[in-house]
Amino acid sequence: MRLSITVNGQAHTDDVEPRMLLAHYLRDVCGLKGTNIGCDTTSCGACTVHVDGESVKSCTVLAVQADGAEVTTVEGLAATRPGPDGMHPVQAAFRAEHGLQCGFCTPGMVMATAGLLAENPKPTEREVREALEGNLCRCTGYHNIVRAALTAAESMAASE
Amino acid sequence: MIPAPFDYVRAGSLDDAVALLAEHGEDAKLIAGGHSLLPMMKLRLAFPTVLIDIRKVPDAAYIRVDGDVVAIGALTRHCDLVASDLLRAEAPLIATAAGFVGDPQIRHRGTLGGSLSHADPAADLPTAVLASDAVLVALGPDGRREILVTDFFLGYFETALAPGEVLAEIRIPRTGPNGYHYEKFVRRANDWAIVAVAVVAGRVALANMAATPFRAAATEAALAAGASAAEAAALAAEGTQPIQDMHADQEYRQHLARVLTRRSLEAAGIA
Repeated sequence: MRLSITVNGQAHTDDVEPRMLLAHYLRDVCGLKGTNIGCDTTSCGACTVHVDGESVKSCTVLAVQADGAEVTTVEGLAATRPGPDGMHPVQAAFRAEHGLQCGFCTPGMVMATAGLLAENPKPTEREVREALEGNLCRCTGYHNIVRAALTAAESMAASE
Repeated sequence: MIPAPFDYVRAGSLDDAVALLAEHGEDAKLIAGGHSLLPMMKLRLAFPTVLIDIRKVPDAAYIRVDGDVVAIGALTRHCDLVASDLLRAEAPLIATAAGFVGDPQIRHRGTLGGSLSHADPAADLPTAVLASDAVLVALGPDGRREILVTDFFLGYFETALAPGEVLAEIRIPRTGPNGYHYEKFVRRANDWAIVAVAVVAGRVALANMAATPFRAAATEAALAAGASAAEAAALAAEGTQPIQDMHADQEYRQHLARVLTRRSLEAAGIA
């Protein structure tokens, strides 16, 4: 089936099977391996990407259901709002606050956090914790991730 | 995990979806957000041969006042229910319960019509819609028909929708901003309820206490007869047949139903 989709600002047209999941399309057809597949059951959030600006779990979206959509993966996030170091403010905040250890959940955490801040630019700590409910990290204990999200919110507000 | 192969067609309208269901027969399934269906297909619990995508059908996602009810298009997503000021003012139980579904990513995809049609007895929105005494509008080959929500849930994942019908609209009586509560007991974040309670306008519905979302009739009758919240809540488990699993046995779920019902009634302002 013909799929026309924009990924990180680049238009793609591909023939895909209807059963191909968006996560597999991004990884195996587009070659964007930053989107990780963790639980594969809509629980862990490692595969979170933005579809038309909203965070979704790409392991539970058919690629053909994203036909005509604009998809942003972690590889394309920085270009949407590059900071002085070339990173998106959420990425910079995850680095500054040590919001990762092994890094497997990080692309999903970063995309979920960027999605949250697009909808709620000044979240409270509780709102951050609730918004990241669908993203599992088995290393950090979450505290530094939450700090990173709050730091990113501050830096984005400061650079408005 | 990848689903088994299927054909995929997009419906241009809900009428078109009804025609496509008639054309493709019982092995066809409707898909909207797909957040219940796709996991089942990946786990080989479901293998439809045709998916009819209704997610982008025009004029099927809306929230508007229509006389005494709030009319909600079946394709309205959970995140849009949560964010609706109109719903918060007129039927806030639905907006509140929608915020308990899954997580933000899931709420960006899942729809009210999908959740009701899937009919998981542990799910939040079916329970809230049951407590709301809603009317569901189905579209089929013979046109539209209305189904009382109390007649809608028939068993585990089973509804009164005929195989060729599409859920089109959910009509929620306007209750105003007060007198409601939703209480959900979960084992961990981002999970289905062990037990949940929805209260609005003196009506009480329980999640995961039977094969369908369950109206606590004994509690409602006691409230109508003037019982206190504590007295009425003590009857909340009457007639329930909850599942037993590794998380909770029947007795524990029935205990939870009574405790959470009392908390919910008190939170809803029923003394």
